[in-house]
Amino acid sequence: MINRTKAIAKKEIKQLKRDARMLFVILFFPVFLLVIFGYAVTFDVHHIKLAIFDKNKTEVSRDYIKSFTESTYFDIVKYLDADKEVKETLDEKYAQVVLVIPADFSNTLATGSQPTKVQFLIDGVDGNTATIIMNYVNGATRSYSLKIQEDYLASIGGKFYQPINLEARYWFNPNLESTKFLIPGLIAMILIVTAVVSVSLSLVREKERGTIEQINVSSINTLELLIGKSLPYIFLALLNAAFILTAGYFLFDIAIKGSYIWLFITTLIFVISSIGLGILVSVIADSQQIAFTIATFASLLPSVILSGFIFPIDSMPLPIQIITNITPAKFFIVALRAIVLRGVGPEAFWDQLLYLILFGTFMLTAASIISKKKARAV
Amino acid sequence: MFSIEVNNLTKKFGNFTSVDEISFTVKQGEILGFLGSNGAGKSTTIRMLCGILAPTSGDALVGGYSIVKEPDKVKLNLGYMSQRFSLYNDLTVEENINFFGGVYGLAGKHLKERKQWVLEISNLVGKEKILTGSLPGGIKQRLALGTAVIHQPKIVFLDEPTSGVDPISRRNFWELIHQLSDNGTTVFVTTHYLEEAEFCNNIILIDAGKLIAEGNSKKLKTEYLTNSIIEIECSRVVDALGILEAQNFVEETSIFGNKIHISVKEYLDYKSKIKNLLTDENGIDVKSINKIVPTLEDVFIHLLEKNKK
Ligand SMILES: Nc1ncnc2c1ncn2[C@@H]1O[C@H](COP(=O)(O)OP(=O)(O)O)[C@@H](O)[C@H]1O
Ligand SMILES: [Mg+2]
Repeated sequence: MINRTKAIAKKEIKQLKRDARMLFVILFFPVFLLVIFGYAVTFDVHHIKLAIFDKNKTEVSRDYIKSFTESTYFDIVKYLDADKEVKETLDEKYAQVVLVIPADFSNTLATGSQPTKVQFLIDGVDGNTATIIMNYVNGATRSYSLKIQEDYLASIGGKFYQPINLEARYWFNPNLESTKFLIPGLIAMILIVTAVVSVSLSLVREKERGTIEQINVSSINTLELLIGKSLPYIFLALLNAAFILTAGYFLFDIAIKGSYIWLFITTLIFVISSIGLGILVSVIADSQQIAFTIATFASLLPSVILSGFIFPIDSMPLPIQIITNITPAKFFIVALRAIVLRGVGPEAFWDQLLYLILFGTFMLTAASIISKKKARAV
Repeated sequence: MFSIEVNNLTKKFGNFTSVDEISFTVKQGEILGFLGSNGAGKSTTIRMLCGILAPTSGDALVGGYSIVKEPDKVKLNLGYMSQRFSLYNDLTVEENINFFGGVYGLAGKHLKERKQWVLEISNLVGKEKILTGSLPGGIKQRLALGTAVIHQPKIVFLDEPTSGVDPISRRNFWELIHQLSDNGTTVFVTTHYLEEAEFCNNIILIDAGKLIAEGNSKKLKTEYLTNSIIEIECSRVVDALGILEAQNFVEETSIFGNKIHISVKEYLDYKSKIKNLLTDENGIDVKSINKIVPTLEDVFIHLLEKNKK
C-alpha cells in the first residue's frame, strides 16, 4: 500500500517539477493575487498630504498639529500664512487637505465653556479618498480632544476611566478592521481555487492521455491512487498558505494571534476537503478543458460570493444562507478569522472543522458513487 | 487448462453492439493474434478481458477468474499495453520503469532486477535519464511492453503494439513477443497488419463485433478458402480491377500494389480469357497471370466479403 502510494506521489512530483510553468502558477500566483486583491480591498490611505494654516501659533495649536504627524497617515507638506493660499494649495493639489486653526483656538480651549472649532478643507475630487481622509481627520481630532479631556480631568483630580490610548488606535483607522477581516477570505479563496484546479487537472490529464487505463489494470486501488495523487498538492497548498500568511504579515501587518498548530490543522482539513471537491470535478469531467472550467467555477464563485468573504452571510435571505454551505471556504474563513485575528482556541471554531470534515466526506462519497457508476461502463 | 476462456462476450454502447457474442479459448503460452479492421471491436474486447470494461452480457475467465465477478483478481495476473501510448512522455525512461514497477508493487532488489531486464529488452541500457517523449517510436513501444510485463504476469494483452512503427522495428517487436511466449506467457495481441498474423500460433478474425474465423494460418488457408486465387500483374490497375469485378466468373477482387488478386470458384483456363479481356478489348498491358497459393490476406478478404453479404 505504502509503496504504491509512494510511487504515484513520486511520479506526480517529478512531473510537477518538470512542468515549471504550472509550478510557478501554483506557487506565485497566490501571492500575486493576494497583493492585487489585498490592496484593492484595502481602504487604508497613508501619507495624506496635509497643509496647515495655523492662525493661533501657540504651544497648544502646535501640540494639536503634532498629533497628526505622529502617524504615517499624514505628511505635512506645507505651512500657509494667508487665506488666499488655502484655495491655491487645494487647486494646485499641493495638499489633499488643509487644516485651518482659528486664532482663538488656544483661548477657547482654555476657557472650556464652548467647543473650539477647527476647519478642514478636503479635496473632494476623489470622493472615496475624501471620505477616508475625513474619517481619519475625525478620528485624529476626536482622540486629541479626548486627550485634552483626560488632562483636564486629571488636573482637577478626576479620573478618566476609559483606556483612551487603546481605543485611539481604532478610531484613527476605522477601516483597518474590515481589511483584516477580508484577508482570511482571500486566503481561503486562493487556497481552494489552486487546490481544486490543480488536483482535478492532474487526475483528468491521466484520463485524457489514457494512462489511467494503465494504472487501472495494476493492483493499485482507488484510495492509494487518490492519496498518492493528492499528497503533493496538499503539500503545495500548505506551502501556499504559509507564503500567503507571510506576505499578509509583511504587506498588511496581519500577525497570527492564535496557535500555529491549530492554524496548521485547520488549513490541512480545509485543503483536504477542497481536494475532495477537486476529485469530484475530475470524476465528472472527461477533458482538461472541461475540468478547468468546472473547477474554477465551482471553487472561485462560491468562495467569493457565498463564503462570507465579502458579503456577510447573516444579511443574506434564508434560502441563500442555506446555499452558502456549498463552499468549504465559508467554514474555513470563520475558523481562520478566529485563529488569526482573535487568537482564540478550537473551542471557538471546532464546529467549523466538523463542517469541513463533513463537506470533504460528502464530496468523496459523491465522487465514489459517480465513479462507480461510470467505472467499466465506457 | 486454458489461460483465457471467453463465453458469448457482448458489449453494447447504447444501441450499438461493439462486440457481439464472441466465444473462444487461448492456451497457456500461446500467441493469439486478434485481427480485425478498425472499429471491429478489438480494443473493446481487450478492455473487457483486462477487467476495465464491464461486458453487457456473457463472461470470460482470464487466468481462472471471472471478468464479471472478480475483475480485481483478473488484474493481478495480467499485463496490458493499451492502444494509446501508455507511458509518460514527461518522465525519463527510468522514472517510467520505477513508476510502473511501483504501482505493480515491486520494490528493492526485485525492482532493480526487473528494471535492468526492461532496459535490456528495449535497448536502453545507459539511457535511463533520457525523456521518454524524445525516444523513437519503435524503442518507445519496446519500453512500453517491458513496463507492461515488469511484474511478470502470466497473460499479457497488447493492443496494436506495432501500429505506426517502421517495418524493421515491427519485426524486432515480434521477436520480443516470441521471447515472452517461449517463457510461458500467454500473449493476446491485436493488429490490423494482416501479415503479422503469420507470426501467431493461433488467429481470430473479427468483423463488426462478430468472430468470423479462428485457427492457425494453415487451417485458415485450407478450410476457409476453397476458391482459387489468380494474381494478375498489369498496367492501369484500377481500370483492370473494374473490368474484372464485372465478370461473372470472378468472385472477389483486391489490389496488392500493382497486382490484382481475383478469386474464382474453379481454376479453368482463365489465363487466355483474362488476357483477351484486358489486352485485346481494353488495351491494358498484362505482364503476368498466375495461379497462386492464397495468402492469409486473401483468406481474410474472402471472409470479410462473405461477412458483409
Ligand atoms: N466507449 C465507447 N462508447 C461508444 N462507442 C464505442 C466506445 N468504444 C468503442 N466504441 C465503438 O465500438 C466499435 C469498436 O471499437 P474498438 O473496439 O475500439 O475497435 P478496434 O479496436 O477494433 O478498432 C467502434 O465502432 C467504436 O466506435
Ligand atoms: Mg483498437
